[in-house]
Amino acid sequence: MRLIYFAWVRERIGLPEEDIELPGEVRTVADLLAWLRTRGEGYGQALQHPKVIRVAIDHEHVDHHESLAGAREIALFPPMTGG
Amino acid sequence: MAGKPVPAVRVQAEDFDVAAEVERIRAGRTDIGAIVTFSGLCRDEAGSLAALELEHYPGMAEAEIARVADEATERWPLLAVTVLHRHGKVRPGENIVLVIAASPHRQAAFEAASFLMDYLKSRAPFWKKEHRADGAPGDWVAAKDSDEQALDRWR
Repeated sequence: MRLIYFAWVRERIGLPEEDIELPGEVRTVADLLAWLRTRGEGYGQALQHPKVIRVAIDHEHVDHHESLAGAREIALFPPMTGG
Repeated sequence: MAGKPVPAVRVQAEDFDVAAEVERIRAGRTDIGAIVTFSGLCRDEAGSLAALELEHYPGMAEAEIARVADEATERWPLLAVTVLHRHGKVRPGENIVLVIAASPHRQAAFEAASFLMDYLKSRAPFWKKEHRADGAPGDWVAAKDSDEQALDRWR
């Protein structure tokens, strides 16, 4: 599955996107954030306050309880500042 | 009454012409009684800001704006809606965003334009980074709690 990062999440992780095989126990958005934090220092810095991280699955906003089943593209980003 | 309008949504690096966008809506029709336009501009923050860099999520940005614009057409009797949002580098004095709402009467147009901007601020996937005039590294603009609270009046 593809993970895609924006703004300071992208800068801290050091990648705009990556394709990742998720372990079977990672079932929800919250699981994903917790698992990614263990992958290295940049991930830890980007996701140290997981509650502020916004998530979209296949271009739609979701909350952290959402299941990842069937997701093709998961985006992680800070609160938005458009307009 | 005619069916709901299909919102015109564009996400682009180029600037836009507000008058031309209004004309595109009103040309050739006589049923519109009110057009509200909102332009969001880049300000210079008392001279400290050289530019804003707007990052966006291609694909989702258009889709999310279209979802919000469609909701506006469900909630108010609109005749036309346009939402344009720029990405890339925008300098002080330049346009960032344009919302146009057209309806038979003013209240719907005012309210729909306000609703659209409140939702774009907190739901459209754009992020602003500052380029400072003194050359120091700029920060990402922090989201404001007041922007999230602004949504409460539409719930």
